[in-house]
Amino acid sequence: MSSFHNGKLPDAQRVGVSPASFSATSPSIPAEKVRTDHDALPDAQGHFGPYGGRYVPETLMHPLRELEEEFFRAQEDPSFRRELDYYLKEFCGRPTPLYLAERLTRELGGARIYLKREDLLHTGAHKINNCIGQILLARRMGKTRVIAETGAGQHGVATATVAAMFGFKCVVYMGAVDCERQALNVFRMRMLGAEVVPVKAGQQTLKEAINEAMRDWVTNVRTTHYILGTAYGAHPYPLMVRNFQRVIGDEARRQILEKEGRLPNLLIACVGGGSNALGLFYPFLEDESVRMIGVEAGGEGIAAGKHAARFQGGSLGVLQGTRSYLLQDEVGQVQLTHSVSAGLDYAAVGPEHAWLRDQKRVDYTYATDDQALEAFMKLARLEGIIPALESAHAVAEAICRAPECARDQVIIVNLSGRGDKDVSQAARLLGLNDENAGPAPSAAAQPESSALKTCS
Amino acid sequence: MNRIVERFARLKGQSQKGLIAYIGAGDPDLEATRRLALEFDRVGVDVLELGVPFSDPLADGLVNQLAARRGLASGTTPAGVLETVAAIRNGCQVPIVLYIYFNLVHRHGLERFVGDAAKAGVDGLLVLDLPPEEAANYEAVMARAGLCNIYLVAPTTPDERIELIAKRARGFVYYVSREGVTGMQARVADTVGAMTAKIRIHTDLPIVVGFGVSTPEQAGLVARVADGVVVGSAIVNQIAEHGHEPAMVSTVGGFVRSLVRAVEPVGVGRP
Repeated sequence: MSSFHNGKLPDAQRVGVSPASFSATSPSIPAEKVRTDHDALPDAQGHFGPYGGRYVPETLMHPLRELEEEFFRAQEDPSFRRELDYYLKEFCGRPTPLYLAERLTRELGGARIYLKREDLLHTGAHKINNCIGQILLARRMGKTRVIAETGAGQHGVATATVAAMFGFKCVVYMGAVDCERQALNVFRMRMLGAEVVPVKAGQQTLKEAINEAMRDWVTNVRTTHYILGTAYGAHPYPLMVRNFQRVIGDEARRQILEKEGRLPNLLIACVGGGSNALGLFYPFLEDESVRMIGVEAGGEGIAAGKHAARFQGGSLGVLQGTRSYLLQDEVGQVQLTHSVSAGLDYAAVGPEHAWLRDQKRVDYTYATDDQALEAFMKLARLEGIIPALESAHAVAEAICRAPECARDQVIIVNLSGRGDKDVSQAARLLGLNDENAGPAPSAAAQPESSALKTCS
Repeated sequence: MNRIVERFARLKGQSQKGLIAYIGAGDPDLEATRRLALEFDRVGVDVLELGVPFSDPLADGLVNQLAARRGLASGTTPAGVLETVAAIRNGCQVPIVLYIYFNLVHRHGLERFVGDAAKAGVDGLLVLDLPPEEAANYEAVMARAGLCNIYLVAPTTPDERIELIAKRARGFVYYVSREGVTGMQARVADTVGAMTAKIRIHTDLPIVVGFGVSTPEQAGLVARVADGVVVGSAIVNQIAEHGHEPAMVSTVGGFVRSLVRAVEPVGVGRP
């Protein structure tokens, strides 16, 4: 294991993260990195090395094979590509800007920070990229009904949106706890004509919503396509979702070359299942000088049941169709998780991330709830952008990394979603409901006294 | 010889059909599981299928989800289930299959789990989410331990997959009678006969049918086209209802006896 995956290691052990290593002439990738052809993965059975695969009940095996075949056919079909591009541009609003966060950059006094503005997409997050792709596939396969799971509600809203657009029946499964903390998105889905089913099993969050969606799919598989929202689950989902999301990185790469005339030094994205991160990272994987950091949810700190940082407290396991890192107890029961952000509050991580971590190609760290909330406020106050709490985890990492870097360094942060859905929860957590609370909490005014993420 | 293989050979020799009874282990506790197993053996159950409780039983309907939750609440672990199997084996030779999600096996360590299961007296594993494509090593380990790896065939399984599964299954082939999760239903799909006939083209293994068989009448109907019938949720429901009553074991045993009788061909009684 690389010594710099763990955010808690002392600085001396943080191989490759010193500012000097960010320069283009000094690749930050450790010398011992094993070269791999990332385009060749996953293999035909959906494996990324020891991760991935297809671990599902027999009823789903053939439908998954059919989906895989249709996906590969569609990828080769220029008319599919044309239609996808059309909707991404005309309906979703692509390309999204790559925006230089000037005040944040100045305040932190280090690397120039660019924000990839997926928050500006229609429906408010990167999720729509994948949903457009999958609904077009569902239509090709002659399905009439789509289902989805959702955590923060962004994927549910995106699914409800494409279902409305293309005239599909739509059912979205959402943990009952998430329905409450992301109530705005529940209303949006219902307005779009979707049926939202609150799932009351277990801890009533994303994992249980996926279980319930899979039960529905097993039962209705002949008519129904399951629009899985992240780079997780049985093959071909991790591959398919990554490919539908890589438009983020493809654009960012083109845009940064236009703006800076060179590649970025560092990419940062939050990782729940991991689709926005893979979307940004994937087109840069062969660019050895570009470092990448995935930020998991540190919740209330790394203790069982208090977080969702699978690379901190997790171990190898098999859940919901794939083999990857998983928060589980000593006999293999899946553990409770916690994060302020419903979209990151999940016990397992996409198999390609586990692979990229093994390859030492991407480093993984975490931000706590408090750090994410601080970053949330800081971006709002300095840049006039309210990020999703998920994306705020990536911003928190940028806030701690940027000051370590020279001013000619470039960081791209994937601002995967906007924070409208989080406003009431954040207001409550930050005490903004109280009229007498004044302009605090002053993330911008008093950074040294705050919970801002430190890089140690 | 493996007890499952032996039992189905005997049933075939006597022109009888098998009754496979599923319960969730540790529901309401492992001592109840042990006593139910002995009672099921006494009333003529041919295979006992023990569900090992898992936190995320995504192939299960509500009845079995709740049983898994009760099993976890009573502190049931995979190791505890194996200890209970060993206790059942003290004087009882009913064939036992564990119905289990792969993460529990994986976490225990594949070879260690299979070894421990064989030692405890388990005869076969039905790993819900481990299709043959991911199971090369598993099959080898199971064969070495003398355990039957049982695979499912579903209504969505195309012919060439039926052939693959039938070739790699051991003990029996388990046909899932409908698309969906485990649970009771008002009537059994009328495609069951056609599908069991299709499976039979590819294998001499016994074919059992489950998922949704919940009454003696349905069990009797299915037994006409299969070598065995699995009843799960209907039994689990009885356990849920009678839970901690002193007469729970005999009450549930009475229901299971009615299922055993229902699968007997007319005129062929059992001792």
